[in-house]
Amino acid sequence: MVPLNWYLILSAAVFSIGIFGFLTRRNIIIMFMSIELMLNAVNISLVAFSHYLQDLRGHVLVFFIITVAAAEASIGLAIIIALFRNKNTVHVDEMNEMKG
Amino acid sequence: MQHYLLIPFLPFAAFLINILFGRMLLKEKAHWVSILAVAVSWVVSVMTLLDVISGKTLNQDVYTWILSGNFRVSVGFLIDQLTAVMLIVVTTCSMLIHIYSVGYMHGDSGYYRFFSYLSLFTFCMLMLVMANNFLQLYFGWEGVGLCSYFLIGYYFDKKSASDAGKKAFIVNRFGDFGFGIGIFVIFLTFGTVYYEPVFSQAAGFATKSINFLGYDLHLMTVIALLLFCGSIGKSAQMPLHVWLPDAMEGPTPVSALIHAATMVTAGVFLVARCNAIFSLSELALTIVALTGAITSLFAASIGLVQNDIKRIIAYSTISQLGYMFLACGVGGYTAGVFHLYTHAFFKALLFLCAGSVMHAMAGELNLHKMGGLKKYMPVTYITMLLASLSIAGIPGFAGFFSKDEILWLAYSSTNPVGKFVWLIGTLVAFLTAFYSFRLIFLTFHGSFRGTHEQEHHLHESPKTMTVPLMLLCIGAIASGWIGISNLIGELVGIEHLNWFTGFMQPVLGHPEGHGTHAEEWGVMLISIMAGVSGIGLAYYLYIKRPELPDKIMAQFSTAHRVLFNKYYVDELYDLLIIRPALWTAKNVLIGVGDVRIIEAIVNGVPASIGGFSKQLRRLQTGLLQHYATIMAMGLFVIGAFMLLRNW
Repeated sequence: MVPLNWYLILSAAVFSIGIFGFLTRRNIIIMFMSIELMLNAVNISLVAFSHYLQDLRGHVLVFFIITVAAAEASIGLAIIIALFRNKNTVHVDEMNEMKG
Repeated sequence: MQHYLLIPFLPFAAFLINILFGRMLLKEKAHWVSILAVAVSWVVSVMTLLDVISGKTLNQDVYTWILSGNFRVSVGFLIDQLTAVMLIVVTTCSMLIHIYSVGYMHGDSGYYRFFSYLSLFTFCMLMLVMANNFLQLYFGWEGVGLCSYFLIGYYFDKKSASDAGKKAFIVNRFGDFGFGIGIFVIFLTFGTVYYEPVFSQAAGFATKSINFLGYDLHLMTVIALLLFCGSIGKSAQMPLHVWLPDAMEGPTPVSALIHAATMVTAGVFLVARCNAIFSLSELALTIVALTGAITSLFAASIGLVQNDIKRIIAYSTISQLGYMFLACGVGGYTAGVFHLYTHAFFKALLFLCAGSVMHAMAGELNLHKMGGLKKYMPVTYITMLLASLSIAGIPGFAGFFSKDEILWLAYSSTNPVGKFVWLIGTLVAFLTAFYSFRLIFLTFHGSFRGTHEQEHHLHESPKTMTVPLMLLCIGAIASGWIGISNLIGELVGIEHLNWFTGFMQPVLGHPEGHGTHAEEWGVMLISIMAGVSGIGLAYYLYIKRPELPDKIMAQFSTAHRVLFNKYYVDELYDLLIIRPALWTAKNVLIGVGDVRIIEAIVNGVPASIGGFSKQLRRLQTGLLQHYATIMAMGLFVIGAFMLLRNW
């Protein structure tokens, strides 16, 4: 039986990797992957708690989240492709038209 | 009696119809609506007068206008002897002048506009005289002022006309300010603005005083003088007389109706209506009498030397209004109202005749460009001559009876200034006769002095103009016959010949005079002599020795210049009021108030917000990583806070 702490440490480690990746990389695809990492870190902690509390509703919720995340990932990728077609780059420093 | 509501509201309906449909539908037929309305009003007024003569008076509210706490004002009507006489004056003059205007205004582009304003004016004036409370009086008062403004500035594309309209309106503001405060004080004192309770309780407040800025002022004097302020403005008395001569920029029928016969007499009407208040204050009455006397002398002396035919008559109006106030001031309210009533006819007639002359002369107003018109326009000549005889106070004509009564009341009055104002009044009677006949002789006698073209154009006016002249002429002669002095009555053996005084007694009281019959005859003889010698002098100077006036003018050039420039009152006001006001407006109100305060706030607030956001904008770099870093830092701070809180 793996104790809950280990799952939570794993989750925190994955989340931190995601944050680090998001903040340090300039390639928008990598940044996008980092976001997915953070999302999955949250999923891990959710399912771990569900297991720990012996409540199946957490498992069901995680399935829903993964489904929605798949849809969100496809939309995100579509946006990135559209951006790339417009700017011929995936480097986020070049995408600063929204500044005030 | 119940039809009395038709009197004011028919002209109002005519106004609405004309202003809404006049331009598109009625056009050249606009006068029909107005004339029909005022004619029916006139018929109902006559019926009302007959009712009042038979002893029926009425005081009725028809609609609750304002209700707030214990303050209640209705649209209400008071029909008594004074109102009935005013109704006859207003509707008769208004009707005849409406008819006259058909000819005079023929072909004018604003024809429907002119008639709709005339109707609105008639409505407001009737509301004014029929009111049973001060607020409705004030409504009518301001309404006629508004119509006066519209009609003076009727030729609004002419700068002088629109200026004159503004001048009339602004000068009247000064008087109405006092009048408004007067109504407030009445409400404070009596708790109501209705005539009936105010006048019946006034005597109970006779000794009360009011504290103002630490001074104890006699309450009734304060109220009376504040009300008189309104009268001064509306009736063009000194020092607010300056607007009336300029008001002659309006079309002549307007001068006749508004600025001679009806509206300007509203001030006299107010004093007569409030006689219960005025009678309680010796001081206020003295001021009324002196203002009237001085104004009448002042205006008559200016009238001596003017060359503009309408302005002479305008100054004559101011002078005669002064006469009416003089009468009220010595306690002869009946005589004042009687003069108001006779004056309305002969003064309206004088103006309409002047209009007829202008019509023939293609708008020429200068006396020295006229002359010898009597053979071209016999009807105008005869009617104007009769009107002038009336105003000069020749026995038998209307003006004689009213003027004589005023002079006798002034002479016999117990008021300490009575003899003084009588002296001025007699002098003014002489001056009036002189300038009226100077006008007649220069216009109608001698030889024509205008251009050849004008002479060719000369013609008598159309029937729509001459018929009202003739009808008004009957009024100018006969309207005085209802108030023939009892003295003459005794001579021919009829007692109480002075029907008018008896008729007015329930409202205006009976004037007290102290004097013998011999004195009364003496006063009458002196006034007749003043009138006749005025005419005689005018005849001598302008017919017999026409070269003399120029010599006299050269001899007294300074006096002439002062009179010709109307004592420089306009210039004085320009220097004392208009220029300081404009200077203040420009340098203080605009320079400091507008630029430094209002614009500083209005522009300063957005500028500071803009500056702040300009700094804030620098946070928005557009770089995704910056935002993410800030978010992560926020997350870190929140996490640290949550952890440390429980620690």
